[in-house]
Amino acid sequence: MTPRFHWGVHRATGGPRAVLTYIIRRLFAAAVMLVVIMLAVFSIFFLIPKWTGVDPATMYVGKQTDAAALEGVREKLGLADPILVQLFEFFKGILVGRDYTGGGDTYHCSAPCFGYSFKTEQAIWPILADRLPVTLGLAAGAVIIWLLIGLTAGVVSALKRGSIWDRGAMILALGGVSLPIYFTGLISLAVFSYGLGLVAHQFTPIEENFSAWFSGMILPWVTLALLFGAMYARLTRATMLEVMGEDYIRTARAKGLREGVVIRKHAMRSTMTPIITLLGVDLGALIGGAILTETTFSLPGLGQAVLKAIGERDLPLILGVTLITASAVVIANLLVDVLYGVIDPRVRLA
Amino acid sequence: MTTASVPGDAPGTPTVTTGALGEPVAGGGTAAPPRAFLEVRDLKVHFPTEDGLVKAVDGLSFSLEKGKTLGIVGESGSGKSVTSLGIMGLHRVGQYGRQKTQLSGEIWLEGKELLSAAPDEVRKLRGRQTSMIFQDPLSALHPYFTIGHQIVEAYRIHHNVDKKVARKRAVEMLDRVGIPQPDQRVDSYPHEFSGGMRQRAMIAMALVNNPELLIADEPTTALDVTVQAQILDLIRDLQKEFGSAVIVITHDLGVVAELADDILVMYGGRCVERGSAEKVFYEPQHPYTWGLLGSMPRIDREQTERLIPVKGSPPSLINIPSGCAFNPRCPYADVPKGGITRTERPELREVDGNHFSACHMSPEDRERIWTEEIAPKL
Amino acid sequence: MTTPEQPGTAGPATGSAGTSPSPAPGESLLRVTGLTKHFPITKGLLKRQTGAVRAVDGIDFDVRAGETLGVVGESGCGKSTMGRLITRLLEPTDGRVEFEGQDITHLGTGGMRPLRRDVQMIFQDPYSSLNPRHTVGAIVSAPFKLQGVRPEGGVKKEVQRLLEVVGLNPEHYNRYPHEFSGGQRQRIGIARALALNPKLVVADEPVSALDVSIQAQVVNLLDDLQDELGLTYVIIAHDLSVIRHVSDRIAVMYLGKIVELADRESLYRAPMHPYTKALMSAVPVPDPKRRAERDRILLKGDVPSPISPPSGCRFHTRCWKATEVCKTQAPPMLELKTGHQVACHHPENAPDQKQGDTPLPGADAAVVQKSDG
Repeated sequence: MTPRFHWGVHRATGGPRAVLTYIIRRLFAAAVMLVVIMLAVFSIFFLIPKWTGVDPATMYVGKQTDAAALEGVREKLGLADPILVQLFEFFKGILVGRDYTGGGDTYHCSAPCFGYSFKTEQAIWPILADRLPVTLGLAAGAVIIWLLIGLTAGVVSALKRGSIWDRGAMILALGGVSLPIYFTGLISLAVFSYGLGLVAHQFTPIEENFSAWFSGMILPWVTLALLFGAMYARLTRATMLEVMGEDYIRTARAKGLREGVVIRKHAMRSTMTPIITLLGVDLGALIGGAILTETTFSLPGLGQAVLKAIGERDLPLILGVTLITASAVVIANLLVDVLYGVIDPRVRLA
Repeated sequence: MTTASVPGDAPGTPTVTTGALGEPVAGGGTAAPPRAFLEVRDLKVHFPTEDGLVKAVDGLSFSLEKGKTLGIVGESGSGKSVTSLGIMGLHRVGQYGRQKTQLSGEIWLEGKELLSAAPDEVRKLRGRQTSMIFQDPLSALHPYFTIGHQIVEAYRIHHNVDKKVARKRAVEMLDRVGIPQPDQRVDSYPHEFSGGMRQRAMIAMALVNNPELLIADEPTTALDVTVQAQILDLIRDLQKEFGSAVIVITHDLGVVAELADDILVMYGGRCVERGSAEKVFYEPQHPYTWGLLGSMPRIDREQTERLIPVKGSPPSLINIPSGCAFNPRCPYADVPKGGITRTERPELREVDGNHFSACHMSPEDRERIWTEEIAPKL
Repeated sequence: MTTPEQPGTAGPATGSAGTSPSPAPGESLLRVTGLTKHFPITKGLLKRQTGAVRAVDGIDFDVRAGETLGVVGESGCGKSTMGRLITRLLEPTDGRVEFEGQDITHLGTGGMRPLRRDVQMIFQDPYSSLNPRHTVGAIVSAPFKLQGVRPEGGVKKEVQRLLEVVGLNPEHYNRYPHEFSGGQRQRIGIARALALNPKLVVADEPVSALDVSIQAQVVNLLDDLQDELGLTYVIIAHDLSVIRHVSDRIAVMYLGKIVELADRESLYRAPMHPYTKALMSAVPVPDPKRRAERDRILLKGDVPSPISPPSGCRFHTRCWKATEVCKTQAPPMLELKTGHQVACHHPENAPDQKQGDTPLPGADAAVVQKSDG
């Protein structure tokens, strides 16, 4: 007999208190995860070069710089200090800001200090903070659109299994999964923007003009959403079909519920579980998709910044973006976990 | 061929009144509404599949009065569960994209024919007049909603009351089915209940609207023996209290013996024997019933004899033998039957008052085989 | 490391070659002492152990050569875990398992290999225990390949013989499991178990997934095979009627313990443990007249969790005879009658072991005695 753990165990998983406990536990876990990530990133960028015998300072300013500048950077970064002190400075920078002093001058980097680019003589955070809203806007819009497309197409296909709707939607979905972003992106840009002139082809910051921003974002959103939405449509369809065969759906019908209620309330709730799981994974992968999309549509987001940084070997900027994206993944997963706990009471126990 | 002179509706046999109707009208033309509370006439449920037409139920008739329990016995694939879904009208919903289930015959519930009624009318009866308990309460309850929520929902579909009133009703029902601290457990989720508790909750939900007909499909199969005894006891008590008609569907002859007034034995989508529990257990009139009784190890007997199994396997519902469905497995297939060929389908015929059997053998042959060959070995 | 073919042991299915001669009928084939299995429950990232499911918690019994020992109990009583422990599919936490006098408690995979010929298992679900991609021939002949045994006349011939023994058509050698019905699949599982001519067959719920009429076929088959091949069975089941039919002796388990172990007739005629009595009275009897006559004991509530089983006698929380001593002292297993052991302070059908002890408050409310009609 496989051990089961539910014999009359009277644990209160019902009620808002249990949900709150669950959320607090998840928050704590997420905070721990963030610290771990920062430690890992710190180690990679600061310790490994040291251990492998590469002078970290050269990585920060480039090999062609003169010795005096190098020494200055070395001093500013405190590379001679014990590792723990460096680590302390690193975290202090994120929390309250720090000063880089050495070689006769001082750069101030206010909190949250994610590093300082000695190449451009700029703190990293403001650069990132400038670009983050663009990427977030792109991501959020795309997520909303792909969930709308994916869920609707999936549910309709499942309920009209074998019909023209079903076949059509699934063929489109297959196309969506297989076509790369730059292809669909460029085609749609050519047709809808340059060809038909329906939407803007230039980016306008949201604070300048909302409708111009919206118009400029439609194509990037849809392009990015198509890729993911197709996958969600297929998953929704498969899950929905499975759920509709469950015993508790039969019970719901046996109660005398209208079929619409059975689908919207009983079936959809179960269908959401795997969707949310996939969403957790995809929010991480989204950054990759966003880079391509931003490039295709010339959006001044993180993706562009990181491409530029890679080209120029601007290590502090790469480090900053790494920290931001890693944090984004942790936060996205936190959201998914919370959502999961709200939907499925059994998860709250785990 | 009928041996008994007792007419179908024999008065003076009060213990065996449940299915006391004669043979239903053949052909299923719209006859006058019957007097019985529930009457099923020539019910056929066929599913088109890629391999062919599955004749899950193929001409089933029976009737049931309020306050009585009918036990439908059969093995997997005999059509017993399909019958119950047919009565509930559940074959007509949720057939997304599949080929439609073909239903024919008549199901009369309190003078109303359900198969020809509008689907929404039947839906309104579901959960209120007719209600159902399923085999596995863990999968039959929605895992994401509290027990209370699910009972409240069942109540509010049919009663225009606010949530508070419905919740009070839910607690009351949980208390009635023997769940301790019902006012707290009402907020629990199904996974926080043990198997027995879940089945109790399921019963509470099924009875929340005081249904007149309760269908219990293998209500205790997923439960342990001691819990099964509790649940059978509960069903019996509740029936006394509510006076509903109950259909118990099971493969376990022990369970029907505990609950049923009348028994209907199904094989290959048809009824092979029907009668009062006493008649079916003590004077069974069909070789398949003999086979079931002979196959069962008994806890109440010292067993020195071997079991007498039925040879072979149940028929495919796509290619049911054209004559008697049990013919290929019947040990008495070779007994002379007065010129009746194997391809002729045996009709359900009255043996004596309220006892029917669908077998080509003569009553004398059956009587002889039962008393001389079968009964001594059981 | 397999034992090479022994010279001189010819004949079909030379399975038992290489092990000691079988004990005479009635002698102990398998001896289990203090057998325990705890499944740890871990929590958090660090897998800190916070408790254990005490699935099997110190049981002793013998299986005699040629007999059928039935093991019965409700879900969670540890009967299946016990089956997996004695076939060494699981590693015991504590205690000792001896097969033909050899300690096999902690034998590794290699050490168990020769024993795998002698001890075989039949599983409950004939649908999931057979690999759907292998033909029946491949399934039944797998034990020969694993053990490096070459039966006389070739593998194919031997497999066909086995199929015939279990009542299947030998021509169906090349068919796949899905082409068979549930009962036939269980026969395939039995043929596989018999391939190496084992001495002990442990069957875990061998018929509970089958229809009534098919169930009887398989029960009879197991019966016949025992007569023909001199097999020893341990049959684990929840169905007391099946257990009564197939067993010579029966062990009743409750929450990881054996509470009663007795000869069949003695147990069913006069059960001593209150739990056994309640269990038997709960079985629905296929006899409509009897339901009016008989007294039934309805236990209240559910089996407690094996994570924190009750102190003393584990049944005391649901027992109508429980007294103070039951709460504190676990009753020892005593042979109160020849061939009838029970672990109870206040047995039925036997002298009370702790007379005059104060009854636990509310003990008599633990059950409902019913005699209804």
